[in-house]
Amino acid sequence: MAIQELFGQPLKAVNIGLESFTESLHDQGTAAVQVDWRPPLEGYVELTQTKDGIDVDAANAEALERIRTGRPLLVGMGIAREVIPGMGARMILHAGPPVEWERMCGPTRGAIMGAAVYEGWAESYAEAAEMAAAGEFEFDPCHHHATVGPMAGIVSPSMPVFIIKNETFGNVTYTTQNEGLGKVLRYGGYGDDVLKHLKWMETDLYPALASALAVTGPIDLRSLIAQALHMGDEVHNRNRAATSLLFRQITPAIIETSEKEVAQAVLKFIDSNDHFFLNLSMAALKAMLAAAEGINGSTVVTVMARNGTDFGIRLASMPDRWFTAPAPMVDGLWLPGYSEEDANPDIGDSSIAETGGCGGFAMAAAPAIVRFVGGTASLALSVTQEMYELTVGEHKFFTIPALNFRGTPLGIDVRKVMASGITPFINTGVAHKNPGIGMVGAGLVRAPKKCFVDAFAALKEISE
Amino acid sequence: MITRTNIKSGEYYDSVTLMEVAQGLLELEGVVDAAVVMGTPANKGILAGADLLTPEAQAAVADDLVIAVRTESDEVAEQALALAETLLEETGKVSEEGGMLSPPKTMAEALKRLDGANMVLISVAGRYAGGVAHEALTQGQHVFLFSDNVTVEDEIALKELGREKGLLVMGPDAGTAIINGVALGFANAVPAGPVGVVAASGTGLQSETSSLARMGVGITQAIGTGGRDLKTAVGGIMMLEGLKALQVDPATKVLLLVSKPPAPGVAAKVLAQLGASEKPAVVCFLGGDPKIISAAGGIPAETLEEAAYLAAALAAGQDAESSLAQLAADNAKLQVEAQKLRARLQPGQKYFRGLFSGGTFCYETQLILKELGFKVISNAPVDKKLTMADSNDSVGHVVVDLGEDEFTVGRLHPMIDPTLRNRRIIQEAEDPETAVIFLDVVLGYGVHPDPAGSAVEAIQAARALAKAAGREVLFVASVCGTPGDPQNSVEQEAKLRAAGVQVLPTNAAATRLAGYILDF
Repeated sequence: MAIQELFGQPLKAVNIGLESFTESLHDQGTAAVQVDWRPPLEGYVELTQTKDGIDVDAANAEALERIRTGRPLLVGMGIAREVIPGMGARMILHAGPPVEWERMCGPTRGAIMGAAVYEGWAESYAEAAEMAAAGEFEFDPCHHHATVGPMAGIVSPSMPVFIIKNETFGNVTYTTQNEGLGKVLRYGGYGDDVLKHLKWMETDLYPALASALAVTGPIDLRSLIAQALHMGDEVHNRNRAATSLLFRQITPAIIETSEKEVAQAVLKFIDSNDHFFLNLSMAALKAMLAAAEGINGSTVVTVMARNGTDFGIRLASMPDRWFTAPAPMVDGLWLPGYSEEDANPDIGDSSIAETGGCGGFAMAAAPAIVRFVGGTASLALSVTQEMYELTVGEHKFFTIPALNFRGTPLGIDVRKVMASGITPFINTGVAHKNPGIGMVGAGLVRAPKKCFVDAFAALKEISE
Repeated sequence: MITRTNIKSGEYYDSVTLMEVAQGLLELEGVVDAAVVMGTPANKGILAGADLLTPEAQAAVADDLVIAVRTESDEVAEQALALAETLLEETGKVSEEGGMLSPPKTMAEALKRLDGANMVLISVAGRYAGGVAHEALTQGQHVFLFSDNVTVEDEIALKELGREKGLLVMGPDAGTAIINGVALGFANAVPAGPVGVVAASGTGLQSETSSLARMGVGITQAIGTGGRDLKTAVGGIMMLEGLKALQVDPATKVLLLVSKPPAPGVAAKVLAQLGASEKPAVVCFLGGDPKIISAAGGIPAETLEEAAYLAAALAAGQDAESSLAQLAADNAKLQVEAQKLRARLQPGQKYFRGLFSGGTFCYETQLILKELGFKVISNAPVDKKLTMADSNDSVGHVVVDLGEDEFTVGRLHPMIDPTLRNRRIIQEAEDPETAVIFLDVVLGYGVHPDPAGSAVEAIQAARALAKAAGREVLFVASVCGTPGDPQNSVEQEAKLRAAGVQVLPTNAAATRLAGYILDF
C-alpha cells in the first residue's frame, strides 16, 4: 500500500473522541462512524504471544471452537456423594470462588445451616452455625468439582444431582434439581418447610426424573437451549420456554414410569417452576466451557462465579486460578416489600450463562425479560450488541432471531475487556442479605473490572 | 439421478432458516430436489413423500439436522452439500437493517460496520492516543491524530509503522488536514485544484488553503504532520512521506510546504526530496534561511501570505515575481491607511496586544514585528529571551498564544471556546498604554459557530470602556476562512467591520498594518 492510493477514493472515517468531528464529516456528506469510546483498563498493553511463543489469537480460536462444538447431554442422575468427584462425606459445595465461613454472606450461611440440618449433622440451625464456625464442615467451590449451583449454590452429600455429559469431549458436569422460587435454600432460606421440600425432591422428584430419563435416553441440552433462545429465553433469568420444552420431552416417560400421585406432583411442580431448567442450562454451559480449560496461552474466560462476598473469574489457560474482587451490588427491581437495602451483593454460579454466551449476552433473544430487570426492549438488543465487542467470536448453535440469527457473543477475551473498558453484563436474581429470607428482586450487574485487571496482569507474566 | 444426505447431529436451526437454505440449494444448477429439515417423524414423512428418505435420513432423530439432495450427478451432489454448509454458516452473519444497532464501543466494531473505512480520527486523551493510533494502523487505516501529549517515542514508532505500511500518520497534535476534499479537524471548505500542501502546522495549513481559495486556487490534498515532525528525533518522516505521495500524484501540479524552521539535518532531507520531481515547490520555513531552499531548487516564502501568493501564481502558470509585486503594492496602501488610523490614538497609547488562537499566526506576527523593529514578548516566543514573565499580564508589545497549555488545561481550545480571549480583550482595553488589540479569527469545520459574533460582543464592551476613559483602542483582525465555511467568511468579516474593526485578508497583512500604525 502507498499513501497516494488513498487519493481520489471516497473518504470513510471512524472518529474516536470529539463528537463534533463526526458532525463536521456528516455535514460534508462524508461517511463517518462515531465510536462511543472509553479508556482501556489500567495496565492494558498489547498481548499477542506468550513467552513460549504461543499465538494468543490461535489459542483463543481453539478455545472458542471447543466451547461451541461441545454437545452437552443430560444423561442421568445420581446422589452427590456417589457421583461428584472429590465430594467428601462432610463436604458442602458453594457457589463462586473459595470463601471461609467468617467471610460468607448471609444467604450462603443460611443455606449451609439448612443443608447441615438436612444432612442430619445438626439438630438445630443455631447448632449448625456453631459447627460451621468451628470448622466441622469442609467447604469447597462447586467449580472445583465440575459442579454449578445457582445463588448460594449449596450442594451437600445426600442431594440428588443431574449428570450432564459433553458428548464431544467426554467431560461431565453436575448440578442440583431446581427448588422453585420463594423461600428456598439457594436464596439462603432455611426452616422446616424448606427442608420438607428438599426431602420431597430427594424421595419423589429425583426417582421420578431418574426413571423417566432411563426411558427417554439422553436429552440434548444444546438443542434445547438453541430452541429456547428462539422462544424468548436467555436461559439465565428466563427459563420458561426451556422448561416447557423439557416438560414436553419427559412428561410421557414420567407418566409411564411413576405412580399416578407422584407423577401428578412432579409434573405440577415442574410446570409451576419457570426456573426448573436453570440448573440444567448452567451445567450444560459449564460442560461446554470446561472443554476449553487447559489451553495454553488462551485469554478466554471459562468461569465467572460469585459467592455473595467475592466475584471470581477463571481463564482457559489458568483453570485453577481465581481472580477475585468484591461482589458488586445488583441494579435491580425489587419484589413487593423489599428494597436495595435488603439486597445481598451478587451471588451464584449462574453467571456461567453469560460466560457461555447466554444470559445477559443473549438478552436480545429475550426482550420480555427486560421488564423484569428494569429496562426497554431496545436495551436487550444493545446489551447483546455491546457484548460482541468483548468476545472472541459467536456461538454456532445459539442464535438470535432479532439479530437476523446471528450467533450469540461467545468467549469473553480478557484482552478485549481490558482494551475496551467494557465489562460483561449479567442478568441475575437477588437474594436477601440476611439468612433465612430468600429472593428480593432481580436485575442487571456488570462483572467487576478488578477481576480482569488482575487476570490480565497474570497473563502478562506468562508473556514477558 | 443421485440422492445424497448429510446428517448433522445435534444442530438446531429454526424451520424458516432451513427452508431458505433448501431454496438456495434448489437454485444450484443440476439440483432436482432438496430438503433441509430437522429429523422429526413428521419431517421424515415429508422426505419419504419427496423420495429423499435415504437410510441415513431414516435413522435420524429429532435433534439431527438432515440435508437431503437429489441431483443429476455426484459432483453436483457434493457441491450442494458443501453449499448447504456455507449457507448455514451465513445465517448468523450480522444484518445492519433496521438501524437498531447501538453505537459501536470499540474501533474494531466501528471498522466492521463501516465497510471500506480508510481514515481514523483520534482525539482521545494523550496517554491513550498512541495505543489507539497503533491499533488503527495495524488495521490498515490512515490516521488523523488530533490528540496532543503523545510521547515523542510513540510518535516515532507510529510514523515508522505508517511509513512501512504506506499509511498517513497526521499528528500527534495535528489540528487540520484536507484529504480527498474532506476537511478533518479544524479545516476550511476549499475548492479542488492543483496545489498539494504538506504542513507541520494546523494554522499554517488553514491559512494556506484559505488564502489560495480566496485567490480562486484549489488544492489536491493538504496533509498535516503535527508540529514535532520536523524535529531531529522524528526526522520529518511524515513530511517526507506526504511530499513523496504528492510528487507522484498526477493531480498535484504545485507543491507547498509549511513549517517552522526544521532542524538543519531534517531540512536538508526534506529539501533533497524536492529534487525527486519536476513539480515547482514553494517552501515556507517561517523565519528560516531562504538560501538553503533556493539552493535545493525550491521557491522560498518568508510569510504564510507570501507562500500562498507564490503557489497561486505558479498554479495559474504566472511567474512568482509578479505576485510579489502585487503584495508590495498592497503594502504601500496599508501604510497610507495606517497614517489615518494612528491619528485616533492618544499620546501614551503605544503598545501592540496580539491575542491569538492560532499558534502559527502568533509566530508569524512575531517575525513580522521583529522585522519592523519592534521588541515583542510572548508566552510562545520565537526567541526564548523574549518570554513573558506572566502570560496573564501584558507589559509592552505582547503577543499571547491562547492555545498554549497554560490556557487550555481543563478547557477547550480558544478556536472552539473564545471565552478566555473575550475576557482578555477587556483586560487589554483597560490598559491605557494599549494602542492596538490584534485578533486572528479562524473559521472552518470543528471551530466555534460564530467566532466574529462572539468577539464583537467583547470588542463593543472594550470600546465603551476605553471611550469612558477618554481614548480609543484600535482593533485589527484577520479572518482565516472561506465563504464556503459553515461560518461564511464574508458574513464574519462584515460583523467585524460593523464593529469598527480593521479587517485584513491575511495575518501577515493585518500585522503589517498594526506595525505601521505603531511605527512612530
